Amino acid sequence: FYLTPPQVNSILKANEYSFKVPEFDGKNVSSVLGFDSNQLPANAPIEDRRSAATCLQTRGMLLGVFDGHAGCACAQAVSERLFYYIAVSLLPHETLLEIENAVESGRALLPILQWHKHPNDYFSKEASKLYFNSLRTYWQELIDLNSGETTDVKEALINAFKRLDNDISLEAQVGDPNSFLNYLVLRVAFSGATACVAHVDGVNLHIANTGDSRAMLGVQEEDGSWSAVNLSYDHNAQNEHEVERVKMEHPKSEEKSLVKQDRLLGLLMPFRAFGDVKFKWSIELQKRVVESGPDQLNDNEYTKFIPPNYHTPPYLTAEPEVIHHKLRPQDKFLVLATDGLWETMHRQDVARIVGEYLTGVHHQQPIAVGGYKVTLGQMHGLLTERRARISSVFEDQNAATHLIRHAVGNNEFGTVDHERLSKMLSLPEELARMYRDDITIIVVQFNSHVI
Amino acid sequence: AARMFLRLLSDVRWQVANPKWRRMTCSWRSTSSTAEPHPVSLPAQAQVVICGGGIMGTSVAYHLSKMGWTDIVLLEQGRLAAGTTRFCAGIVSTARHVSIELKMADYSNKLYQQLEQETGVKTGYMKTGSISLAQTQDRLISLKRIASSLNVMGIPCEIITPKQVAQLHPLINIHDLVGAMYVPEDALVSSANVSLALATAASRNGVQIHERTSVSHVSVQKGCVTGVETDRGQIQCQYFVNCAGQWAYELGHSGEETVNIPLHACEHFYLLTHPLKEPLASNLPTIVDPDGRIYIRNWQGGILSGGFEKNPKPLFTEGRNQLEIQNLQEDWDHFEPLLSALLRRMPDLEALQIMQLVNCPESFTPDMRCIMGESPTVRGYFVLAGMNSAGISYGGGAGKYLAEWMVNGYPSENVWPLDLKRFGTLQSSRTFLRHRVMEVMPLMCDLKVPRWDFQTGRQLRTSPLYDRLDAQGARWMEKHGFERVKYFVPPGKDLLDLDQSKTFYKPDWFDIVGSEVKCCKEAVCVIDMSSFTKFEISSTGDQALESLQYLFSNDLDVPVGHVVHTGMLNEKGGYENDCSIARLSKRSFFMISPTDQQVHCWAWLKNRLPDDSNLTMEDVTWKYTALNLIGPRAVDVLSELSYAPITPEHFPSLFCKEMSVGYANGIRVMSITHTGEPGFMLYIPIEYALHVYNEVMNMGQKYGIRNAGYYALRSLRIEKFFAFWGQDLDAFTTPMECGREFQVKLEKGMQFVGQEALLEQKQNGVYKRFTMFILEDHDTDMDLWPWWGEPIFRNGRYVGKTTSSAYSYTLERHVCLGFVQHFDEKTGEELVVTTDFINQGEYEIDIAGQRFQAKAKLYPFSSLFTHRRRKDEVELSGYQRE
Repeated sequence: FYLTPPQVNSILKANEYSFKVPEFDGKNVSSVLGFDSNQLPANAPIEDRRSAATCLQTRGMLLGVFDGHAGCACAQAVSERLFYYIAVSLLPHETLLEIENAVESGRALLPILQWHKHPNDYFSKEASKLYFNSLRTYWQELIDLNSGETTDVKEALINAFKRLDNDISLEAQVGDPNSFLNYLVLRVAFSGATACVAHVDGVNLHIANTGDSRAMLGVQEEDGSWSAVNLSYDHNAQNEHEVERVKMEHPKSEEKSLVKQDRLLGLLMPFRAFGDVKFKWSIELQKRVVESGPDQLNDNEYTKFIPPNYHTPPYLTAEPEVIHHKLRPQDKFLVLATDGLWETMHRQDVARIVGEYLTGVHHQQPIAVGGYKVTLGQMHGLLTERRARISSVFEDQNAATHLIRHAVGNNEFGTVDHERLSKMLSLPEELARMYRDDITIIVVQFNSHVI
Repeated sequence: AARMFLRLLSDVRWQVANPKWRRMTCSWRSTSSTAEPHPVSLPAQAQVVICGGGIMGTSVAYHLSKMGWTDIVLLEQGRLAAGTTRFCAGIVSTARHVSIELKMADYSNKLYQQLEQETGVKTGYMKTGSISLAQTQDRLISLKRIASSLNVMGIPCEIITPKQVAQLHPLINIHDLVGAMYVPEDALVSSANVSLALATAASRNGVQIHERTSVSHVSVQKGCVTGVETDRGQIQCQYFVNCAGQWAYELGHSGEETVNIPLHACEHFYLLTHPLKEPLASNLPTIVDPDGRIYIRNWQGGILSGGFEKNPKPLFTEGRNQLEIQNLQEDWDHFEPLLSALLRRMPDLEALQIMQLVNCPESFTPDMRCIMGESPTVRGYFVLAGMNSAGISYGGGAGKYLAEWMVNGYPSENVWPLDLKRFGTLQSSRTFLRHRVMEVMPLMCDLKVPRWDFQTGRQLRTSPLYDRLDAQGARWMEKHGFERVKYFVPPGKDLLDLDQSKTFYKPDWFDIVGSEVKCCKEAVCVIDMSSFTKFEISSTGDQALESLQYLFSNDLDVPVGHVVHTGMLNEKGGYENDCSIARLSKRSFFMISPTDQQVHCWAWLKNRLPDDSNLTMEDVTWKYTALNLIGPRAVDVLSELSYAPITPEHFPSLFCKEMSVGYANGIRVMSITHTGEPGFMLYIPIEYALHVYNEVMNMGQKYGIRNAGYYALRSLRIEKFFAFWGQDLDAFTTPMECGREFQVKLEKGMQFVGQEALLEQKQNGVYKRFTMFILEDHDTDMDLWPWWGEPIFRNGRYVGKTTSSAYSYTLERHVCLGFVQHFDEKTGEELVVTTDFINQGEYEIDIAGQRFQAKAKLYPFSSLFTHRRRKDEVELSGYQRE
């Protein structure tokens, strides 16, 4: 069984998406030129999600990758909802009032976000009303709380993460009269998701991270070489500070059972996540909700199972770690990716591959015939060669696709091996997860002219 | 397409043996070393000043002087024929889509052919013929349509096979071709020399030519040209002609009174090579390969090849000026796709040596058609520019029509498609022009299919209901910058992508429009028709009535509340406008005209209404949203919303009443629909538009109301034999020729414009007759659809062309409208067309070379339309343009 190069390409490109920030007459005043994103599933269905949107009532662009576990419900919900929570947290008091008044009087709402979605990135139609009501309650509280102070981005990000997780938990406890929705909110709460979100506004870049996805800045050194700067810390057992934090939050008696086999309570790889109420609710609450829940939930062994050594919940939080970075002219791009990428590639390689890809697309010296004797054929050969160089290595038009190709197809010499690529992509569904994880990547390109 | 604008770097022959000319101008050998550049001073006054010494300026001067106007000064900022013209000695090609362009090119060709003999100036005229290649079946259809037009014009032309192409040109690779069109009489010229020849002849006739003289601005008093300011002093004049090419826009903006000339320059590239080993013959046909976006002609034993790339580079948006066009940067990477296309077409050229890649700017217009005519704001200010790369092909004809226009007051052909007044100020935004020409230039080579809409520069003028309609699936087209709905795509249904939906056959919206038409016939539809031009004319006394009675052919002295359909005719009885006028009160009138009449009609009336402060005319287009309620249930919807009796006794046809609709008061309701179907037009002050629309839709629900678009409207009006202005009617069509004598009151007790001409026609008969054709053996699913411009054959002989067509969902047949003429079989002389002549003939319509039988009718069907409730509702007018 062997995939031809076009077949490989069609698999790799199936989920690719590109967005260029509209420019006016060749002028782009945004610090973001655009982004490329893509994802390659290993699970069926894929448990990763991605989102990208432009804030319309404040400045800035939001981009995020979400890695789900125990199903995709939580990652899906977070990918739909989180940016609204962030956007609302950033809104000034007057705008919140205006929006509330519009809802109150049934007028059209000011649009808050402009989404940049791949056709496969869907939003749940059934839950939109429920989600909207929760969001509205949030902004109503923000209105009541009116602190009068300007919103700090870092604080807004933290609040939004925590609030959404809280709403997910609350919705599951309250339930919904509609049986479909009732089951949905429970699935969301009992599954989990990590999130790594970037907010870019001019030169101000904020990364809010919860879990083990990662944000990495691609920096071009003066000599033209590429280096990587981490803009997030993984929340897992490899991170001493995280282990320390978890231990601090629980009695010394639990110290040994807290982290086992590099997992939280011996079960969970990420140390922070959305959902996962099994690690957050009390045993009583879990039992009550599962018992009163629909049959599907009761039949599910996983939901009924209570983690061992479960004494002082919550063990898990969705609170993000936020890093602020002021963009410099040498900061050329940002890579957000789920752990599927970082497991297979070192960040230094990621920086180099993306860096070379992005600059390869760029200018070459113009040619002039001048007084030389050149034939049409020679000129044509020269031009097609230049074009081939421009239209990029391996026919990729998308930096994220290019990166996935390397992540999956790289051989020991660090070059793409088609045979390997073909094998990896033709693995049957049940085997794929053994060799690789879902990979989701967003590559954001910055505008050096503005920075 | 205008790929013919080829420039030659050939030796421009300045040495012209004409002593008189040399005396009058400084020196034609002008070089930078000329010690005294301006030995001859400018005259203090002249009848006409022409700005621009390129092909357009010299052609206008030539034709004006031939018509007897000789008090003319031609000013050129650099040297004669040294701008875009100098680089273009291109191909004279008659293969044009628009009939008036075709006529201009044909005339140019004939003019250039004899110019050398007439003037003694070598023009390099060489009859080579041209071959347009088709790589696809659709392209071949497009060429066949042009071939049909050329043939009935008497221009030799044939569709040939790829094999025949190979016989005509030795270098062509024919493997990917499906066919081609051969026009044997197309020619090559040295365009600079043609321009010089025209200048020579003009100069002999007394035209003064001054080089190195630039116009800084045009002086205007009371809306008329009075003179021209130059860097060498002032010239008083009555007429000014702006032939400044790509600088025409800037020049139009430099005066005291702005004249908007919407054009914009783009870079244009072509390649010159050294001669082949065996030099190419100078009579080798020119090759046009639109699918490859290139043209190729022989040039000094080698070739010259350029094209129209997909990603053009606009320039001079900020208005940079320069005396003569220096070569801009060569950009080989940009030219690569065109070079690839060239080598694919002629692989043997690989070894040919490059001489130069020439980059020369070229001006383009927002609709791909050139710009000519008089400014609507400044009388005596004429324009001829914006040739979209076809300057040499149009030069002769365009100059002739403009000269006629100036001398006679009107040109000898209908030039409305080229008239400057088709544009408003809105098309003169620099950003709009920059973006639009980037779309227009690639279109030169793109397939011209029916119902094409521009994609750039959109959403400029919109109705207040735009967002509401858009959210309901509206698909939009644009007219005069105004967004109008074509049709509504029902939820859940999706149409093809823009590019895939390009077809000469049955379009993908067929069923959608069909159901809208059905709803108009059986229930009620609402169409937003806010784009219509609306004027209010009122006076303190009888001035308004008196003036309108003189300017319009129908009797407007009707009781208050009546609506009159009437033509606004010219002296020859032709339609300058076709409109509906409601008498609001004794002294005020509300006039509704087609959308693209906004500038033309305003200028026409302004120039003719008496200068009387008691008589006012206001453009209220923007003040009203117009909703057309069409269908048998319209009356029910309206009466429920207004609590007013709307039965025929209270509200007869062609009536206008101000009434309330919902909470909104002061809605002008007229019992017309422009389709012949029952219903009402609602003219709503814009602040009420949303309210009224919501009320109508809510109330209409129980009557099955739905939104509809212009395609449905068009189908309805064409099956009812309604002509509309700009498509069927023009300044060369009289009411007598289109069965509208009843809209003319020859005996209204006072004179009106066009009356004499109409009286004469009434006596002597007409020479063309507007006729409706029902296609008989045409398969809607399988056959090519008619569009407009298809030749009509009577008993096998050509008698005219169609002007519009639509599928009639009622007749389940295609309907074409068009004019039938009667040419004497032997002499070709035009004879009177009688009813018998129309009725006693077997007709065929030629669609891209295939003829379909058609039944001719002079009057609309009446029995077929059973849904009509009242006979007196028949309304015999309509003027929606598509």
